[in-house]
Amino acid sequence: MKASLRQSMAWLHTWSGLLLGWLLVAIFITGTSAYFRDEISFWMAPELHHSVASEAAPRLAWEQLNATAPDARDWLIALPHERHPAVELRWRPDTPDAQENRRRRGERAELDATTGELLEPRASRGGGFLYRFHFELYGVPRIWARWLVCVATMFMLVAIVSGVITHKKIFKDFFTVRPGKGQRSWLDAHNATAVLALPFHFMITYSGLLIFMVMLMPWGMNVAYEDGWRGFFNEVFPREEQAANAGAPAPLVDDIQPLVARTEAAFGQPARYIEVEWPNRDNALIRITTAKEAAITDRRRGGNPSLSFEGTSGRLLKTDPGVGADDGFAARTYNLFVNLHLARFADPATRWLFFLFGVVGSAMACTGMLLWVSKRTQQLRGKTPGFNLRLVNGLNMASITGLLAAMAVYFAANRLLPAALETRESWEIRAFLLAWLATLIHALWRPHRRGWLEQLAALAALWLAVPVINLATTDSHLFSAIAWRHGALAAFDLVCLGMAAGAGYAFWRVAGHKPARKPARAARARRAAAGESS
Amino acid sequence: MSKLSLRQLAASPRLGVASRTLVAVFGGYALAAVTTAALALWLPVERADAVITGTLLSFLIYTVAVLFAFSTRSALRAWVGILAPTLVGAALVWLGGPA
Repeated sequence: MKASLRQSMAWLHTWSGLLLGWLLVAIFITGTSAYFRDEISFWMAPELHHSVASEAAPRLAWEQLNATAPDARDWLIALPHERHPAVELRWRPDTPDAQENRRRRGERAELDATTGELLEPRASRGGGFLYRFHFELYGVPRIWARWLVCVATMFMLVAIVSGVITHKKIFKDFFTVRPGKGQRSWLDAHNATAVLALPFHFMITYSGLLIFMVMLMPWGMNVAYEDGWRGFFNEVFPREEQAANAGAPAPLVDDIQPLVARTEAAFGQPARYIEVEWPNRDNALIRITTAKEAAITDRRRGGNPSLSFEGTSGRLLKTDPGVGADDGFAARTYNLFVNLHLARFADPATRWLFFLFGVVGSAMACTGMLLWVSKRTQQLRGKTPGFNLRLVNGLNMASITGLLAAMAVYFAANRLLPAALETRESWEIRAFLLAWLATLIHALWRPHRRGWLEQLAALAALWLAVPVINLATTDSHLFSAIAWRHGALAAFDLVCLGMAAGAGYAFWRVAGHKPARKPARAARARRAAAGESS
Repeated sequence: MSKLSLRQLAASPRLGVASRTLVAVFGGYALAAVTTAALALWLPVERADAVITGTLLSFLIYTVAVLFAFSTRSALRAWVGILAPTLVGAALVWLGGPA
């Protein structure tokens, strides 16, 4: 390559960005939604909306589990909190077969936190579906999907770095905006969204790779430890194993409330989880975990401060201040990147900030794809676009407006499908996939400006429909959510309205777009067919 | 690939691009893998810290290797520039760290 460094980097940026760009758009959009995974799941379970967090929750959960699963292997009680005001119960039944025990995923139930009444939320994968989609897609063998997503992520990292090198005047370009000028405008938008949140883009891409380091880059662990990554993680994050066998039958303490109160007093934070190993056996163990204001390098799963009690007597066995104190460099560094990616530390304001960065990142990926088409359309100077250009334009449409439309359909299906439907959660996902397929067929059939207008119109209508359907089918719609001061529920409907408004605005801009020069009528018709303004 | 993009390759033939892609994807990964392993063995810090440092660097090394593969004057330089340090790293791994 005789070209200068900048030219070769521009080439690399263009092609590494395009090749897996559609997948990256989908990863960015669904991944952004995952910052509000819990809120989305909660919105998708309106049967839980009337539960109000209460002091009595631990006692109600205790009674319920003693009645339904007194001799389980273990219990987990997730106490109500702002993001999930119902009580979530999980337990794993004990079977004589050890293999079966390890495989079993366990049972779940939801309780009203004030009345203790068993709630029956409609079957739904909720926000978890979109979250999982962003790193393992759907319907593809998990390992293949993860590799594919990681390859795309690596492409992203290459695109980010080569994109930065490409731009000699990166900060000057950042303040350059030339709206309504086709290719130039898309370039400006791509630069602005890229530079605006560049540290975020880099962080989210790099940490995404690190999360899968066991799969992607196990070689350091493999040469340094006899048993590879297992040895590494056992050393860095030592964990205690559950006692292997049930003891003799012996009742648990009657009242869990004093133990909860003691834990909350010990750490000055509300209790979040109550775990019980071998309930109603003489080796029963109760562990109560609190939330904690932790440093970003501290937190990991199960790393919050906890007290452990003997199950039969309630005697304090162990005080665990949580991770942090003994963690070395390796653990802290690993935690840092994982926590940054998952925004595990985030309070609501930070969560919204990360969500906005995710939106900006999605916009960066989208504008990059649109720029590719716009540039090549402009270079045609009115000639009919070839197959490649039409294909890319169509795939862009399906991956941007198509995916967003399918997400609206997923939420609408949650409200419209009958609660008693067999395999209901799969039907929600099928609705999502069918809607996406429909937009793909439409996009490949009409890969031009009018196609975009049609999809944008559909997009606006679908997102507007979600809060309207919610109003018609539940009593926890926008108006009551505002009246109850339930921020998450209200925000969901407001974001839907915002999406509808955004799609409507885009429709208006594309519909009103006039080519800069006045070409001959026939040429203009051809240009329109090329989807110039897209 | 359209004609357009090929012209943008600045007269670089298709074969050159294929060759660079090959060394970028597989050579870059090999370089990242052996560097990670060598650092895990040779860094004079705690074993876990050496492992995490090597692994943190691996994705950056891979990225730089890919950029390098597409920025050298000839594809051959890309091959040599990536494979030579890979062999050095492999030798270090084979030696198995400071006794």
